[in-house]
Amino acid sequence: MPDASDNSFRAATIAVLVENESGVLARVIGLFSGRGYNIDSLTVAPVDADGKLSRITVVTSGTEMVIEQIKAQLDRLVPVHKVADLTLEGPHVSRELALIKVAGSGSGRQEALRLADAFRARVVDATTESFVFEMTGSGEKLDAFIALMRPVGLVEVSRTGVVSIARGAKGL
Amino acid sequence: MSSAILPAASETQSMTGAEIVLRALKEQGVEVIFGYPGGAVLPIYDAIFQQNAIRHILVRHEQAAVHAAEGYARSTGKVGCVLVTSGPGATNAVTGLVDALLDSIPIVCLTGQVPTHLIGNDAFQEADTTGITRPATKHNYLVKQMDRLASTVHEAFYVARSGRPGPVVIDLPKDILIGKGQYSPPPSQEHRSYRPQTEPDAGQIRKAVRLLKEARRPVVYAGGGVINAGPEASALLTKFVRMAGLPCTNTLMGLGAYPSSDPQFLGMLGMHGTYEANMAMHGSDVMFNIGARFDDRVTGRLNAFAPNSVKIHADIDPSSINKNVKVEVPIVGDAAAVLRALIAAWEEDGAGQDRPALAAWWRQIDEWRGRSCLHYVQEGRIIKPQHAVKRLYELTQESGRETFITTEVGQHQMWAAQYFGFEKPNRWMTSGGLGTMGYGLPAAMGVQVAHPDALVIDIAGEASILMNIQEMSTLAQYRLPVKVFILNNQYMGMVRQWQELLHGGRYSESYSEALPDFVKLAESFHGVGMRAETADDLDRVIREMIAIDRPVIVDVAVDEKENVFPMIPSGAAHNEMLLAPGQIAAGSGVTDEGTALV
Ligand SMILES: Cc1cc2nc3c(=O)[nH]c(=O)nc-3n(C[C@H](O)[C@H](O)[C@H](O)COP(=O)(O)OP(=O)(O)OC[C@H]3O[C@@H](n4cnc5c(N)ncnc54)[C@H](O)[C@@H]3O)c2cc1C
Ligand SMILES: Cc1ncc(C[n+]2csc(CCOP(=O)(O)OP(=O)(O)O)c2C)c(N)n1
Ligand SMILES: [Mg+2]
Repeated sequence: MPDASDNSFRAATIAVLVENESGVLARVIGLFSGRGYNIDSLTVAPVDADGKLSRITVVTSGTEMVIEQIKAQLDRLVPVHKVADLTLEGPHVSRELALIKVAGSGSGRQEALRLADAFRARVVDATTESFVFEMTGSGEKLDAFIALMRPVGLVEVSRTGVVSIARGAKGL
Repeated sequence: MSSAILPAASETQSMTGAEIVLRALKEQGVEVIFGYPGGAVLPIYDAIFQQNAIRHILVRHEQAAVHAAEGYARSTGKVGCVLVTSGPGATNAVTGLVDALLDSIPIVCLTGQVPTHLIGNDAFQEADTTGITRPATKHNYLVKQMDRLASTVHEAFYVARSGRPGPVVIDLPKDILIGKGQYSPPPSQEHRSYRPQTEPDAGQIRKAVRLLKEARRPVVYAGGGVINAGPEASALLTKFVRMAGLPCTNTLMGLGAYPSSDPQFLGMLGMHGTYEANMAMHGSDVMFNIGARFDDRVTGRLNAFAPNSVKIHADIDPSSINKNVKVEVPIVGDAAAVLRALIAAWEEDGAGQDRPALAAWWRQIDEWRGRSCLHYVQEGRIIKPQHAVKRLYELTQESGRETFITTEVGQHQMWAAQYFGFEKPNRWMTSGGLGTMGYGLPAAMGVQVAHPDALVIDIAGEASILMNIQEMSTLAQYRLPVKVFILNNQYMGMVRQWQELLHGGRYSESYSEALPDFVKLAESFHGVGMRAETADDLDRVIREMIAIDRPVIVDVAVDEKENVFPMIPSGAAHNEMLLAPGQIAAGSGVTDEGTALV
């Protein structure tokens, strides 16, 4: 059991398996806003063969007591099947996808391509004055690449938010 | 015609949505619906008209329908059922729903909705009811497919009554109500995702037994969850507390869970709890919380709350545990199941208790009791509100009638909690969590519907009672002989008390100006009105009230200046209680931080 008397903040990546029904996302988001919890990132999509279950990944932060409370509050929602604190339960992989549009000409274009190569970003759209890069990685890696693109000619960014899964053979 | 509405289970003919709804309600054991009609629910009203199995009580405001269902539910242990129309019908019900949510009362509220194809078009009397009530309910549903209708109603009842009970809304578009479909019986398999844990973990129970056996200064703090768990839980609590020789206190919501006349009962705890209950909490070395949620009205300043106690907390809702107060031994389970396991483990465990330490603890408690914190002096003609409640209690006892008490919200509510004794669960209905003025009269109505022969009394304030006074008309229509006992202090007394304590006695807008003549008001609603002006009138008026088999309003003129004591000011600790008026003048110990609290 985590130590509830710890008052320091920690981040938590929480996986929530829910019924794929209308209103369920509103319930989860309403829970966070209504009770004043942080949402640093939230993603959702159906994950089973017949589309009956969705998986929500929430990245949040708080004291140990608040994070325990968040999990208990999520778990008592009627359409919630399972809540797992990936941060607490062991090693896990987190990924995020971003689409990043950069415009410019001349040396800027060269610079953008070089950096994209170094970061393993793929070009998914190109015109004579722009690129759209697709990049997958940790949030920090995306942040770093986006920061580098800013002086080069960053136009806009679209990110998915974080998805996470535990390492090893076991499922949620 | 009634056979067409409620056909035998074997019949498979298609029914209208409205008929399916009624059939499902009947199968869920609903005997009475509190409701108010309107366009969107006319099909259900039409189906109600054509059957006799389920009774409908027509309220005068949808908020009152929910409170009535709460009173019905709390006094019977059943799920209360409400029916309102779309738009304003649904929005009017919202206060009642939040009230039921905070007090864990099982309610199923059916709301009408515009037809599915008009949803989102700002249609006449359209409101986003599921959106509005999402944070106001335990769960809610919008039924968009005929084949989900019956199963949704069954599921709603399961969700409302299982685990931590609460209100559930089913939003019913009109096209679903008039469409044809098939009825389906309650499912036999478990719910897909919602399965609250009721049986406690055996290891945690053993830990609790160990701690309680070794305790030198134990205290049991029992709350509304014990009432929620059914009368058996209260009986088990009483058995356990007695066999272990422990002191026991109840929250406002828990009153009746432990018999108030028992010598081991310390009275209510918290902001307006007794000195002995709060001091015992503060001084305890082991605290056993069962079915209570460490509410801020109970804990006072958190960092000074029972600082030296090891805490055991049994609750059916894991989110109640470690929410406000960190506990050492969490136990998830139903209160009755927990107590049953605890008693068994207690008997199995060979160890004895620390008798000398317990004896010393009881001597300490008796010393605290010696402060007689609820003492008041009734002298002269002016009626002390405490005295009015005490006489009401004694005279209802004397009458031998089965008595149920509801309250409005304010000082009178606290005096009712302090001076009326409850020996059994389900006899006390009050709005604890939301503190909803206007709760008491409709709640009493619901109680009286469930217990037609009982004496049902709403202990009221002159301000609160005006918030749902229209229900006097419902009482008359259904011949519900509810008694309204107004402690009329001419003020929103609870507000006035805070202004006296925190705002330099500037009584901004808290005077009850231009009150109606409550006697005439009762008469105009076909009831009986009475007034007690002086202490000499009191007993006679109460006796008359008890004897009359009609709705009665008793207007008791009480001391305008009286305040509720003891009091733990906001932001103070349990051992910083104010016991008497003098202490308010003496600075009162309210910190700036405390002033910000509600
Ligand atoms: C003006 C005013 C003054 C007040 N002053 C006080 C005061 O001085 N003292 C006081 O105590 N209150 C006071 N209150 C009431 C207070 O606000 C809370 O409503 C009350 O303290 C909560 O009671 P409870 O802890 O028993 O919890 P409840 O609100 O009754 O909650 C029940 C708990 O039990 C759990 N539970 C439900 N079912 C079960 C089950 N089957 N088995 C096990 N657990 C279950 C629930 O999950 C929940 O945690 C006041 C209210 C008002 C309006
Ligand atoms: C609906 C609602 N509005 C406002 C309040 C705030 N409030 C709490 S007690 C109170 C005064 C109640 O006055 P009265 O009914 O006369 O009771 P008294 O305190 O005088 O006994 C008020 C306004 C509330 N609890 N509920
Ligand atoms: Mg008053």
